[in-house]
This record gives sequence, structure tokens and C-alpha cells, in this order.
Amino acid sequence: MDPQISIEVGQRLYEMMVRIRKFEEAVVELFARGKIPGFLHTYIGEEAVAVGVCCNLTIEDKITSTHRGHGHLIAKGAEFDKAMAELFGKATGYNKGKGGSMHIAEPDLGMLGANAIVAAGIPIATGAALTAQYLGKDWVAVSFFGDGASNEGSFHESLNLASVWNLPVVFVCENNEFAESTPRSQNQKIKDIAIRAMAYDIPSMIVDGNNVEAVYLAAREAITRARTGGGPTLIEAKTTRWRGHHEADNQSYRNKEELKAALANDAVARWATQLLAAGVPQATLDAINEKTAQELKLAIEFAETSPLPNPADANADIFTPFIFEEI
Amino acid sequence: MSIMTYREALRQAMREELNNDERVYLMGEDIAEFGGSMKVTLGLIDEFGPRRVRNTPISEMAILGAAVGSASTGALPIIEIMYSDFFGMAMDQVFNQAAKMRFMFGGKLSIPLTIRAPMGGRRSAAAQHSQCLEAWFMHIPGIKIAMPSNPYDAKGLLKTAVRDPNPTIVFENKMLYNVKGEVPDEPFFVPFGKARVVSEGTDVTIVAISDMVDYSLKAMEILKAEGISVELIDPRTIAPLDITTIVNSVKKTGKLVVVHEANLTCGVGAEIATQVSYRAFDFLQAPIERVAAKDSPIPFAPILEKEILPDDQDVIDAVHKVMEYVK
Repeated sequence: MDPQISIEVGQRLYEMMVRIRKFEEAVVELFARGKIPGFLHTYIGEEAVAVGVCCNLTIEDKITSTHRGHGHLIAKGAEFDKAMAELFGKATGYNKGKGGSMHIAEPDLGMLGANAIVAAGIPIATGAALTAQYLGKDWVAVSFFGDGASNEGSFHESLNLASVWNLPVVFVCENNEFAESTPRSQNQKIKDIAIRAMAYDIPSMIVDGNNVEAVYLAAREAITRARTGGGPTLIEAKTTRWRGHHEADNQSYRNKEELKAALANDAVARWATQLLAAGVPQATLDAINEKTAQELKLAIEFAETSPLPNPADANADIFTPFIFEEI
Repeated sequence: MSIMTYREALRQAMREELNNDERVYLMGEDIAEFGGSMKVTLGLIDEFGPRRVRNTPISEMAILGAAVGSASTGALPIIEIMYSDFFGMAMDQVFNQAAKMRFMFGGKLSIPLTIRAPMGGRRSAAAQHSQCLEAWFMHIPGIKIAMPSNPYDAKGLLKTAVRDPNPTIVFENKMLYNVKGEVPDEPFFVPFGKARVVSEGTDVTIVAISDMVDYSLKAMEILKAEGISVELIDPRTIAPLDITTIVNSVKKTGKLVVVHEANLTCGVGAEIATQVSYRAFDFLQAPIERVAAKDSPIPFAPILEKEILPDDQDVIDAVHKVMEYVK
């Protein structure tokens, strides 16, 4: 374990990764049982990225996420019960069942939304950083996106804007080597997304996305730079998506040996080994797992027993109420 | 009361809103020293400086996306899209993000974003710098749309748009920028969703949008000499649309001509005609006439452009048609 990381932070990183892993394992099973409508894109295998980054953030800091957004939401401090209820399409969900898996959001936690449009969150995070700079707020913004998103125009436009205005934003590319089903090599001649930062005079880092400690330390450097007026950074985390693009995808296109190797390189297990070596008792890790499982059980019960939304509210909340006479 | 141009009225609205609230800032291509392509923001950089009057790269997606992110985190951006035609480069951020975020998040966020967009033809600017695209946006729930036809409304509607906590688009007609009119010296606002009855009459109702109000006024003078009494209505905003005022007028006159510069097919006129035919079916004495651009891209050569776009003679012809209709 890196001496820059305290035992306390180390345990926190572990707990947050366990929270995401267990939540995602549960939703896979619940989806298969027909409890969750729609699409389900799980974050299993990529936990170390969201956790390593978000454990450096405060509740005031803003993030934008992707269609694979549960991990970012949980890493930013979400409660299991409201998250699960949202995935179930229940009235008690974070977004009253209006958003679901692909649009789950909690602005009060600085989580500006999962986003079902690839790369759409990148300029939005850039704008959140603009507000911070413009109004003198001390928050930073982080945008999570994939290697596929780095081929969208909004990625390039946003990096350029953040660069020229020196905005407090960190771009975190979760490079899992697949844009849905298409391997990165068919989409991009470059191997490292990080080199694209050079075109915008933005510093970049490449980290092992299965090493939560490496992600944490890289993100700390980038976030500190952003918070102290040093401008944007692009972090590329090399990671692996364990499951299909979504739950209807059996990954027939994937190399089985590579996938097997990726599954063996489990960020959660790796970090547990590190913690044990650093003297954290097994019982502490067991307690974290037990506590998380218990919270999850209650969250599933909460989602199961929560009321459905009222159909009469189906088109409510389009506009913020505005009374002209009160201008 | 002062006499000023439509352009000056818009500029004054922005000046007042910049002075009123520190959270307001302007952002767009060439809007600072250059004053914008239409010179609407000319001089504001001298009064408010580059922090609040921000030149951007030519990156419409990043401009709109950053505005969405900034508006959703506490600032009040006023964006200039240099020509409405350029919305295509930024569309996702308008219709998938700005218009939907509050709804998708169960009412947890507001997007107090104002977009100014010059629209319209008659300048030989050809097919990609001349369009009237308001119907695109009217089709998307979650956006409010103003179409000011004169300096008074331009100022009052833009000021209301800035105060409204929702995404708003103000379509400014390029041919109106130099048109002068009376504007009160004291601050005022014009409400969205309240049509203006420009002139009362008894024989036929004309609903005209943006600068087609002026063409309809010209037509009205000719028709008056023929003994035809026109009731002219300017909806001022199309989302929300004050259909009640229009329906009540048609119940009085029994005849309706809808006039806009945008293409005929699926234009705002189609929606107005449908709503009126449903709500005032028993009162209609003739089929509703629509005056609009012919369904074509806008050609370059002045003589060709004139052929495509509607004018006062088209309004006169349409009124004659409804007046002469025999069941």
C-alpha cells in the first residue's frame, strides 16, 4: 500500500468498491428476474475508477456520468434504497421513476446524471466547472466517459474549451477497450486515449484502472490541480468491463482468454489483499461486506414494497414553476 | 418612452439583466469586441468585461453543453447561436439535455438557460443561413420559445426569458434588427403565453409570427381599402401558445389565415390550424389558410429566394380565398 494512503482511506476505498460490486451483482439478478424494466448497463469490473476518483471529492463537487452510471452514483455517496427504487421504476426512487438506470441523478450529491447519450455529459461537466470559476465556487467537476466517447465531437470541443478557459474540470476516460461491441482497435488507431490531451495542451495521465490506489493518487493530483487554478486534466484509466454492454449482450465478440484474465485481475480482491498485507484484519473486511449486504437487502425490500408512481404524474416536472407576476 | 431599434432593445434587455444579477453572463461566437455577427451585443464587452461577455471557440455543442452544465449549477447564461441554422451542431444538448434533465431527474434540477438565435431569410444568405426552425423546438416538451416581432416585445420577452428558470429560446428575426419602435424607459417584462391582438377586426383572423406581423399589417391596409376588416394576432410566444386568444377571435370572425416564414409542412401554422379546427369547428366558415415558405431549401439568388418566401401579397391572396369561399 502506498504510504500516501492512510488505513482509513484504504478501508473507505474498499468499502465503496464493495458497495458498487454488491449493488451491481444484485441488480443483474433482479433484472434477470424481471424486477427492473428497460436497459441495464452494469459497472462490474470498473469499480476502482469511480471509487478512486470520487473518494477525492466533496459533496459540493460535481460529476457527470454515462449510461453505465450506477457506480458513479454510489461512489458519490448515494443511498442504496433510493437508487434501487429508481431502477425498479418506483415513486420513491431518486428521480420518482422518471429516469431509471440510464438517467439516475442526485444533484444534492453533486451527481448531475447518468446520461444515455454517449459523451453528452462531457460539456455539461465543463459547464459546471465554468460556474465554479465564474461564481468563485471552490468545487471542481469530473466527467466520466468511455473510450468510445472520445470519438465524439463533444469530447474534443469540451477539452478545447476547458483548456482555453483553464476550467477546474477533470476528464476521466474509462477505457474498457469496447465501444458497445466494437473493439477499440476498430475505432481508434491510437492505443492510448490520453495522447489526445496533448492536442489541447492539457496534462494527462494513464493509470491502471484495476488498481484503486493508482486511480486515487492520480485523481488526487488532477483534482488538486483543478481546485488550485491549474486547469483541466485528462486521466485515462485502463479497465475492463466484465459483463456485456448491457444485460442483453452475451459478449460473443469477446476473446474468452482475455476476459478470463480480466476476471482474475479483480480490483476489489487486489485491494483486499493489499489491505490485509498492511495489517487490516480480515474481520474488518468481513464486517464491511456484511454491513453492505445487509443494507442492500433492506434496499431491495424497500424497492419491492415501494409504491408505483401515479400515472397522473407521468408528465409532471417538465418545467420549473414560474410565476410571471412575481418577477 | 424611447424610440429604438429591435437590436438596441435586445441589447438593453441584456444590459439590464447583466446589471440586475451577477449570475448572468453572455457566451457565444464573436460576441465580445466584434459585437456578434448581428452586432446585438456590440459594446457590452466595454461595460461588463470579458468575464461576463465571453467569446467562445466555434464549438456549438460545447457552448450549449457548457451552458446546460453552468445553468444547472447556479449561473444564468445567455447564449448566442450565431445563426439558427447552427443549432444542428448543438442539437443534443438542446433537446436531449436542456429540455429533459429536469423531467428525467424527477424535478430535482432547473436549467435557467436563455438561448438567442437569429433566424430568417431575405438576405441572400442561402440555404444554411436563412432558416426558420422554430417548429423543431416547439415539438419538444421542455423548451419555451419566444418569437418577438417588434422592439418592445424583443426587450420584454428576452428579459422574461432570462428570469424564467427554464430553458428558453428567443428567435430574433434578422430583418427586424434595424426596425424601430417605442420602448418604455422603465424596466418591463412581457409574459410568455399571452398573444397580442395587434388590430381588432370582424371579418377574418390573421395569426402572424415574427416579421410576418409587419407583412400582415401591410396586407391589412390593402384589405381595409377593400372593405375587409382584419383581426391581427401576434402569438409572441409559440411555447407556450396562447391558443385561447386565437380561438376566441376565430369564433368571432369565422375565418383564419395563419402566416409564418418557416416551411409550410409541419410548421407552427399546422399546429395552430389543427387546434383551431378542433376547438372552433362549428364557427369556421371556410377552410383555414396557411401562408408559409414553399417546402424548399432557401435559394441564394434574390429572385429565387423571393419566390420561396411568403410576403404581403400572399397574405392578401389567402384572405381573399377565405373571404370568397362558398360552402
